[in-house]
Amino acid sequence: MKPFFPNETQSKCYHCGEDCEDESILFDSKKFCCQGCKLVYEVLAQNDLCEYYQLEANPGKSQKENSRLKNRFDYLDDPEVMQKLLDFKNSQESHITFYIPLIHCASCIWLLENLFQINSAIIGSRVDFLKKKVQIKFFHDKISLKEVVNLLSTLGYEPKINLSDLDHKAKSSVDRKTLTKLGVAGFCFGNMMLFSMPEYFSEAKLLGEGFKGLFDYLNVVLSLPIVFYAASDYYLSAWNAVRQRKINMDVPIVLGIVAFFLYSLWEIFALGNPGYMDSLGGLLFFLLLGKIYQQKTFSTLEFDRDYKAYFPIAVTRLVHDKEEVISLTKLQVGDVVLVRDEELIPADSLLLSNQANIDYSFVTGEEVPVPKRKGELIYAGGRQKGDAILLTIQKSPSQSYLTDLWNNESFEKSNKRLLEPLSNQISGVFTWTVLTIAVAAFVFWIGKDVSIAVKAFTTVLIVACPCALSMSTPFTLGNTLRIFGRGKFYLKNASVVERLALIDTVVFDKTGTLTDPANASIEYHGEALSSETKSILKGMVERSTHPLSNRINLWLGKTESLKLDHVREIKGSGVLAVYKNQEFRIGSKDFTGATNLPLSESGNHVFLSVEGVILGYFHIQSGLREGASKVVKDLSQNFDLHVLSGDQAHERVSLGQKLSSDVHFNFNQSPVEKLNYLKELNTQGKNSLMVGDGLNDAGALQESQVGIAITDRVSHFSPASDAILDAESFDKIPSFLAFSRDSRKIIKVSFGLSFLYNIVGLSLAVQGLLSPVLCAILMPLSSISVVVFTTLATNIMGIRKGLIHLNKH
Amino acid sequence: MEVIFILIGISLVLAVTFLFLFFRAMKDGQFDDSYTPSVRILFENQPKKSIKDQPKKSKSYE
Repeated sequence: MKPFFPNETQSKCYHCGEDCEDESILFDSKKFCCQGCKLVYEVLAQNDLCEYYQLEANPGKSQKENSRLKNRFDYLDDPEVMQKLLDFKNSQESHITFYIPLIHCASCIWLLENLFQINSAIIGSRVDFLKKKVQIKFFHDKISLKEVVNLLSTLGYEPKINLSDLDHKAKSSVDRKTLTKLGVAGFCFGNMMLFSMPEYFSEAKLLGEGFKGLFDYLNVVLSLPIVFYAASDYYLSAWNAVRQRKINMDVPIVLGIVAFFLYSLWEIFALGNPGYMDSLGGLLFFLLLGKIYQQKTFSTLEFDRDYKAYFPIAVTRLVHDKEEVISLTKLQVGDVVLVRDEELIPADSLLLSNQANIDYSFVTGEEVPVPKRKGELIYAGGRQKGDAILLTIQKSPSQSYLTDLWNNESFEKSNKRLLEPLSNQISGVFTWTVLTIAVAAFVFWIGKDVSIAVKAFTTVLIVACPCALSMSTPFTLGNTLRIFGRGKFYLKNASVVERLALIDTVVFDKTGTLTDPANASIEYHGEALSSETKSILKGMVERSTHPLSNRINLWLGKTESLKLDHVREIKGSGVLAVYKNQEFRIGSKDFTGATNLPLSESGNHVFLSVEGVILGYFHIQSGLREGASKVVKDLSQNFDLHVLSGDQAHERVSLGQKLSSDVHFNFNQSPVEKLNYLKELNTQGKNSLMVGDGLNDAGALQESQVGIAITDRVSHFSPASDAILDAESFDKIPSFLAFSRDSRKIIKVSFGLSFLYNIVGLSLAVQGLLSPVLCAILMPLSSISVVVFTTLATNIMGIRKGLIHLNKH
Repeated sequence: MEVIFILIGISLVLAVTFLFLFFRAMKDGQFDDSYTPSVRILFENQPKKSIKDQPKKSKSYE
């Protein structure tokens, strides 16, 4: 938390908006905080692109830390890597899409789309703001891929290229296809309605026979794209179900469509009657609408990330004391690699350097780095903080302790399809009932009048076509998805709602999920701190970005910081400062020279020394997340609760007191053990919900019926899961679970409603009374009323559960 | 009343044209990103001092 001084606005960097501390650089009568920022400005000024700074104030990113080596993109010259990354390539131009996390404002869009003004070898570029992606087209004869990336990196927009980018993913055009089908259905339906209009109002006679015939034939022509194109997904799905000797909701729909179509053809061509083509069009249009409504997913979030999305694409290998950048897939056991500050450990390896500080926050959720010494084994997935280190690779990247998790069979097949959707459960009964009624009606009429018998048979199939029935599920689930989204709970797809409703067991990860690093408990032991010492401390910790410094900073509260000489952070050790010729140190045991102090075994310790004399130490333990104990108490009434932790068991008692005594605690759990724990619950027939945050929970998230990943920033890192929950909505978990059950109830009630329509329709149909007009009214009416009902019901439930706030600002 | 035949013909041609335009927009990716264009439209097209070889719209995607 930086104090706000109004007079400081003038000394803000023109490029990035950070405070220019001591040595601000004056250039072009503008201030810059570092050479990097000035350089970006220069490049832009030369190319007449300073509009960048007019669109938003200080849009750039600080370039202070951007002093890394130029050769880090060397792997992009490798033709194999290049071929995998490019979207498109012909003899002249190449297209590539980069993910650039920095994209955050209008200026970013503007600059990235004006790259062609900086380098004429770039043809053009297009930004997708929400996905933070930019597609760049360039002439590969004039500029190489590496130079493009270097250009972006000079401007501060360094693309993130991860191992998963190498796996060639087919662009999903599913959504486009359904939208096109909806367009076709809408077009045909609309025109058919117009041509059927005279029929509805019995004006056909007025127009004469010629028109009537024309309109009917036009309707037949317009129905062809609907039957043979727009409805194709339903045939496929129904066929697949029948082949597996199952009946899903699409089977009665297809029966209905076929009956509609054939009977209408018969009516129009053989009898010269108007037919039901317009209702058929309406049916498909509404069905596709429901499908698209349900499909709305959070396309900007990624739910399928495995470790490859975190791992770099290339590493620096040392061969005969010479650095070379190779792609990660070529890394072999025994190689010596160099890992610099903020870089990821690519594989399990031994430390060759004297010491390292590894931040495992992706993996475990614990953000305080772990110190390692020479010869120790370092697991893949950690991030080095501090000076560059040397490592010998012990296992290949895909076989490491953590990444081996993904070789588990749980990732091969999905085990989440055990639950049939509610609609499939009833569609079997429904289909057989309808067929029985149709046959019964046919048998009843056949002795009296063959034409009425045929009519009764087909109209039963037509009217029973479960349009309303099949609308209720997508719209209820779609609404639930949206209401959850407003509560910052993002589901992968609609079927997760139904699974969520059946949960009876909840499993929590401890570190980073139930506990929150920001809520740490801090105790100070030692000589009392004077207010002067506190101010000095404040000045020191403010200059450090280490998580423990941040916590001590919070503990100090509003203490005024003192301006100190020579404040220096030694990464991985601590902070050193000189005040009134006295040397102050806070940091690790070795750094401060602490020796024999009584230490409890858990948590982190930060020592404070003045001139080599230890004043005392801070004991920092991660605290429970806000609302965690309430969530656990609420859930323990209705659910079986488990907590899994990779930590030692010494917190068992204190956690048990803080949470609830009904909770089953399990400590010392490795990633694979967590997975097996969930597997065990599954074999016991439990419907498990796993809530976790780190990569070490990935197996358990995968194995559970519903896996929820918790994250502080939803667009950032989260392991593969069924849902992503913003950490600030953690306390709403009980409401979310309750709401998913409500929406299941709503589906059931709306099923009842559509059955009611079916009974009315069927009672007319068996008597052979159904007319095209009646059909044209009954069809849309039933669908629309079901949609209105589900929308109202979900929203009312949402308000009751406190998930929708009426007084929005 | 025979004029209705012509009118129906015209209306169908019009409707099919719109359907075709919809297909084209879909293929161009107009419905893929519904946010960025709302920002892009606000950028000013200030005249540049040197009109370099302006990028030609390349349509060849896949």
